[in-house]
Amino acid sequence: MYQTNYVKAASTEDAVGHLAKGGQLLAGGMTLIPTMKQRLASPETVVDLAGCGLAGIEDAGDSIRIGAMTRHVDVAESALVQNAIPALAALAGGIGDRQVRNRGTIGGSVANNDPSACYPAAVLGLGGTVHTSTRDIAADDFFTGMFETALDEDEMITAVSFPKVAKAAYVKFPNPASRYAMVGVFVAAGDGHVRVAVTGASSDGVFRHDGMESALSANFDAAALDGASVDVDDMIGDIHAAPDYRAHLVVEMTKRAVAAC
Amino acid sequence: MPEGTTKDGIGAALRRKEDKKFLTGSGRYTADISRPGQLHVHFIRSDHAHAKITSIKTDAAAKADGVVAIYTGEDVAADGIGGPICGWVVTNRDGSPTNEPPHPILANGKVNYVGDHVVAVIAESLQQARDAAELVDISYEVLAPVVDLASAAASMQIHENVPNNMYFDFELGDEAAAEAALADAATVVELDVRNNRLVPNALEPRAALAEYDPVDESYTLFTTSQNPHLTRLVIGAFMLSIPESKLRVVAPDVGGGFGSKIYVYPEEAVCTWVSKKLQRPIKWTADRSESFLADAHGRDHINKVRMALDANNRITGLRVDTLANIGSYLSAFSVVTPTILHAPLLSGCYEIPAIYTNVRGMATTTAPVDAYRGAGRPEATYLLERVMDVAARQVGMDPAEFRRMNFIPKDAFPYQTPVALQYDIGDYEAPLDKALDMIDYKGFEARRAEAASRGKYRGIGLSSYIEACGIAPSAVAGALGARVGLYESATVRVDPTGTVNVMTGTHSHGQGHDTTFAQIVADKLGIGVEQVEIIHGDSDKTPFGMGSYGSRSLAVGGSAIAKAVDKVIDKAKIIAAHLMEAADSDVVFADGKFTVAGTDKEKVLSDISLAAYVPHNYPHDRLEPGLEETAFYDPLNFTYPSGTHIAEVEIDPATGVVQLVDWACCDDFGNLINPMIVEGQVHGGIAQGVGQALLENAAYDETGQLITASYMDYCMPRADDLPDFKVDYTVTACTHNDLGVKGCGEAGAIASPPALINAVINALTPIGVTDMSMPASPEKVWRAINDATQAQAAE
Ligand SMILES: Cc1cc2nc3c(=O)[nH]c(=O)nc-3n(C[C@H](O)[C@H](O)[C@H](O)COP(=O)(O)OP(=O)(O)OC[C@H]3O[C@@H](n4cnc5c(N)ncnc54)[C@H](O)[C@@H]3O)c2cc1C
Repeated sequence: MYQTNYVKAASTEDAVGHLAKGGQLLAGGMTLIPTMKQRLASPETVVDLAGCGLAGIEDAGDSIRIGAMTRHVDVAESALVQNAIPALAALAGGIGDRQVRNRGTIGGSVANNDPSACYPAAVLGLGGTVHTSTRDIAADDFFTGMFETALDEDEMITAVSFPKVAKAAYVKFPNPASRYAMVGVFVAAGDGHVRVAVTGASSDGVFRHDGMESALSANFDAAALDGASVDVDDMIGDIHAAPDYRAHLVVEMTKRAVAAC
Repeated sequence: MPEGTTKDGIGAALRRKEDKKFLTGSGRYTADISRPGQLHVHFIRSDHAHAKITSIKTDAAAKADGVVAIYTGEDVAADGIGGPICGWVVTNRDGSPTNEPPHPILANGKVNYVGDHVVAVIAESLQQARDAAELVDISYEVLAPVVDLASAAASMQIHENVPNNMYFDFELGDEAAAEAALADAATVVELDVRNNRLVPNALEPRAALAEYDPVDESYTLFTTSQNPHLTRLVIGAFMLSIPESKLRVVAPDVGGGFGSKIYVYPEEAVCTWVSKKLQRPIKWTADRSESFLADAHGRDHINKVRMALDANNRITGLRVDTLANIGSYLSAFSVVTPTILHAPLLSGCYEIPAIYTNVRGMATTTAPVDAYRGAGRPEATYLLERVMDVAARQVGMDPAEFRRMNFIPKDAFPYQTPVALQYDIGDYEAPLDKALDMIDYKGFEARRAEAASRGKYRGIGLSSYIEACGIAPSAVAGALGARVGLYESATVRVDPTGTVNVMTGTHSHGQGHDTTFAQIVADKLGIGVEQVEIIHGDSDKTPFGMGSYGSRSLAVGGSAIAKAVDKVIDKAKIIAAHLMEAADSDVVFADGKFTVAGTDKEKVLSDISLAAYVPHNYPHDRLEPGLEETAFYDPLNFTYPSGTHIAEVEIDPATGVVQLVDWACCDDFGNLINPMIVEGQVHGGIAQGVGQALLENAAYDETGQLITASYMDYCMPRADDLPDFKVDYTVTACTHNDLGVKGCGEAGAIASPPALINAVINALTPIGVTDMSMPASPEKVWRAINDATQAQAAE
């Protein structure tokens, strides 16, 4: 790790002030700290968000609002989330290991937009809203590419809202080594329309699959996906899974998610 | 598991004495130790697989904050520092010796793998050393990397004195006889297998802390070693020319080794060397990335196997041609592992009249490869137990029955194999039968059908292994090229009050010696285990010993302890006779009491020890005072654990995921001292074997970069990858040590990979899959299923 300064922000405004001066936000540190330890990141100042009052889960009527600093364990164990959107609680409970879930936060995960992360699939699959220090951003506009988001440089996430849908499920095929999603599919059905969000598979990060969405909107049954296919050219290829295998898994995990709904 | 007895002695399933400190985080590891005024060293490592160093500019770095010194290979050469030596070499087929290239502790003009040590930056803090390292400017002229083992011989030569990149060309057995058997065979079975490369991944990374004392001109080196005396010998005598008496090597608590901490590495030698130059303690702790790059890796063989069967399906001959990847330099046991620890195992537990093998050890621009849990025996067992299954399939026999009919019968011991070993004792059918029972082998087809109804392929696979451990008879080892002896040592010191200190030359880095060894002593002396302390890992405190590896600690080290205890008892009896005014021959020692036959006279150990150290009333004419004895034990033979492991798997055809659903094993380790510790060793060994068979793979890309250099890509087994293991034992006691024990530390890792791969193939046999390489990753299995179903559809 390089020498770095540490400040603990007292509020969102305070944090944004430090952010504007080039500070790097620190949430659970599960991604940032290892990156710093490997000297791949060298922020001059890290701005700890733990004192900003951003943790907490609220029932907002049609949706659930989860503060940016809410840890994965708290989402996984929340009775509110378990009742309203059980797929979301299950997703949070399947992230990393116990230690990671006890530190990692939804804000950190969504801001980071790791192409193998689980939360982006839920945000996009449920059609959620990302609340920031300046505005509300619809999920469809938020994730702009691998590790890229619509956030401006001096903008931070304060909360994420998820609509309560009739049916939803997330099925993850873990990378055998890292246990991040090698392919993860979030399927949500409500209002006669089905959303299918895929993580882990594409070099552009999380994406929706139009073909499978229309097939499932017409007939919400795993069998509706027989013959469905995913463009192999868009798929990540690595030592764990070549593009064609990933493409196959996307359809297979989508079927399983539908069956689990 | 057998029921624990309430007694502390041999056979009791006692909880480990050492676990309190480990489980409460109170272990004291090398990195936990700090010395006043210590400096930190950071190693700049090569990021090229193969390159000439054209220049190293250190001026800017030398001026950076906190930097005390920067050293390169030129400084090493100028000081005449030697490299780590190869501890065991072999003679080539043509009678020439192993080609041993130099291995400078900092690269001198050339780097030979990604991770090779190039520059040592020494600073007041680690942070400063790492910051300064970024200012060092190294220019390289990149050379062609040598990564692919199969084509290594035809690739660019790496070392001047290693033509064709071949370190050695070893053979064992009778080639003409094996070829004749193959020519006359009713059935010839052929198999090509690859034993995948592994990274050892000890929980604790390597570390070293060296301190020079200018007053008495001596050094102390704390290091993560499985054998501190060997480290002292090699660094002192071969590398730094320090009198052995002036170098103390301490291996405190060590968090796992699996072989990787046997060898002397450049880093610890650099720390020791620099501690005198700078007259300040020098500390180094590897980070996990360095462990991946620069710990000696394991396995990495390509084997071509041909087996001959007669018309009755009895094995008549075997030929194995092996290419072993030895990597960029010859690590200490890199030559012996694929040769002496591999070739003699090719008879397995079978009667095979003719065997021949050729092993070529190849240089590549990858990390050095050396012994890793099992060391040579897993590679031999893998190819043999795989070809046994292929043979059984080819002749249409049940794999269990095919093994059984080819077993060495239990009345044939001692059994001389055609590949040098003489097995002292064994009974291979007993554990096979038990394991078949434990897993309900007969019921398997019903389970397969039930799984099929759920859309899963279910398979079962066996491996009946033997291994040779408890290394080793020194004379035999010496005749085979060892440069060290392989006896073990122990001092047993009874204190005046009757408590006991045992100084052992073995080293415990997770094996539970504190408990197992204490049980031996407690049992023999009739005292409680809490009265026995085991001291190890400090060359100043323990007699010269060879350390722990090759499942030798109990069979060799434990035997030395038992022998020393026997000497203590012999002396104590004479003292007891004196105290009780009896003839020596009338004194009986049993259950911790010295008694005189036919009287009610009685003394306990503490009476004797007190008399020995306060010798007011003492047989001075016959004995020296004190009650302390040392014994060295050189084994007469290897010990030969054996047994059968059976794996059962279910495969999801839609994803290729192999789920391990059941495991039964029955091992013959001879007598068990602590069944709970033995079971732990079995579990750990199987977990490592499951890792190799399903998950782990150290992969280099074509440029020689290690692409599995972190846990994001290198897949270790986790608890939820494993089923509950069914573990049981049969016993044929080792005939040549008094304890009747065999080694148990590596058996699980030796036996398990072929059982698992055989199970995977068995599951997929109905759809026409006949081969599977390790690791059987989801993608690989999915492809095999796809290819087979497409081939079937095309028919
Ligand atoms: C061993 C391991 C396994 C894991 N497995 C999984 C897995 O299976 N699935 C999965 O989805 N994830 C996984 N993760 C990631 C983990 O779940 C965290 O979600 C992730 O590391 C980021 O969250 P964090 O709170 O730790 O953020 P940090 O590491 O603190 O921050 C990450 C990034 O987000 C920025 N940031 C943080 N908070 C905000 C904010 N409010 N607004 C704007 N930017 C912000 C930071 O500046 C930084 O750039 C794993 C991590 C580890 C270490």
